[in-house]
Amino acid sequence: MSKRSDPRLIERVLRGEHAAASRALSLVIDEAPEADALSKAFFPKSGSAQKIGVCGPPGAGKSSLTSRLVAHYRKQKLKIGILAVDPSSPISGGAFLGDRLRIQEHAMDPGVFIRSLANRGMIGGVSYTIFGAMHVLEAWGCDKIIVETVGTGQDEVEIGKVADTIVYVTTPSMGDEIQAMKAGVMEIGDIFVVNKSDLHGSDKALSDLRSAMSLGRTHEAKPWEPPVLGTSALTGKGVDELGKALDDHWTHLKKSEEGRRRLREQHKEELSLYISRRVYRSALDKISDRNLDDLVEHKIDPASLGTKILKK
Amino acid sequence: MESKPFRVLIAKPGLDGHDRGAKVIVRALRDAGFEVIYTGIRQTPEMIAQTALQEDVDAVGLSLLSGAHMTLFPQITKLLKDRGLKDVLVFGGGIIPDEDVAKLKKKGIDQVFGPGTPLTTIVDYLNSRLPSVKKK
Repeated sequence: MSKRSDPRLIERVLRGEHAAASRALSLVIDEAPEADALSKAFFPKSGSAQKIGVCGPPGAGKSSLTSRLVAHYRKQKLKIGILAVDPSSPISGGAFLGDRLRIQEHAMDPGVFIRSLANRGMIGGVSYTIFGAMHVLEAWGCDKIIVETVGTGQDEVEIGKVADTIVYVTTPSMGDEIQAMKAGVMEIGDIFVVNKSDLHGSDKALSDLRSAMSLGRTHEAKPWEPPVLGTSALTGKGVDELGKALDDHWTHLKKSEEGRRRLREQHKEELSLYISRRVYRSALDKISDRNLDDLVEHKIDPASLGTKILKK
Repeated sequence: MESKPFRVLIAKPGLDGHDRGAKVIVRALRDAGFEVIYTGIRQTPEMIAQTALQEDVDAVGLSLLSGAHMTLFPQITKLLKDRGLKDVLVFGGGIIPDEDVAKLKKKGIDQVFGPGTPLTTIVDYLNSRLPSVKKK
């Protein structure tokens, strides 16, 4: 652990050093003892960058679209951080982190920082330490942070409490408007994207999605109506429009109460993750072999034992 | 407390596109509990070093079948050192003649695995080498 601690780490991250940011990310992600000090030092910078959550089913093109978006932002000289989350194996604990492969063309760009994360057992598309990781990238100087979630199914909405703007990515072959009417991820999107719009059926997919969205419309115009856009990560078509929609949403958040409301939600989620991780880990450390034997022999029940352990 | 998984970058430098071997290694390491990053074919030494830095990996595995290992492997170990990544374990595999292995080891390649190496050999190697390298 000694070689990992560097008294100047915080200031080196703030100065924008890649190596320092990388080390700080590891300390935070591994929940090392130094993580609390880092979190404290970096928190004042939080809220400065637009945190963009990219979610959608596996294979929709989230990584490829992210790569296009990075190129779009780099034309504007914005500094970009990418946190790409992929699933950990529930069996081995290992992971294959493959999102980076699609974004790798930006590897040598000094204004881009890419980090692959394994979700390490957290369901919902992100990892327990996602907030800490975002704080490091905010301190490193990012203007935009793109969080690419685990390719998810229908109800992994955790990203909605993590990012400022949620981009839901789907493809022309993901089903009709009935799919788009279901509860879950379809409710948290701020921008909907039908990617792979170079493929057959994209017009129908766009209109299905738009008509499903319009079912929830009332006569009063909402301050933000989620746009439905067509993109092709393959050709780059529609990426500028997506960039514009993201800018519009960021402006909307800053101008309305919604921005503050979302920040409060995010901080609440960060706090509750922190507390539950701390309680969970310290409680689990207290479980002894004796406790387990007692359970097997029915000397005590899990509820009574659990209460006792939490009181210890 | 649960221990954190080791992170390994599997990289294919140079121009050969034969990545089945690399993918087999990726899969074996994933199943052995490693977090594995794979960046695809045709990576430059600079891209590999920069990826190792941003991902803060514990080890880099290089796969090469084109014969350019004597040029590319030492470039990569040098670039890693230039970036301050002195404690990253570098190992290689692919079509590497025996007479080159000793020379590569002098250039910072810790171990070379030839065709037919059992996957468990590589997993055991990482599990035994990594804890000692990281403690330094």
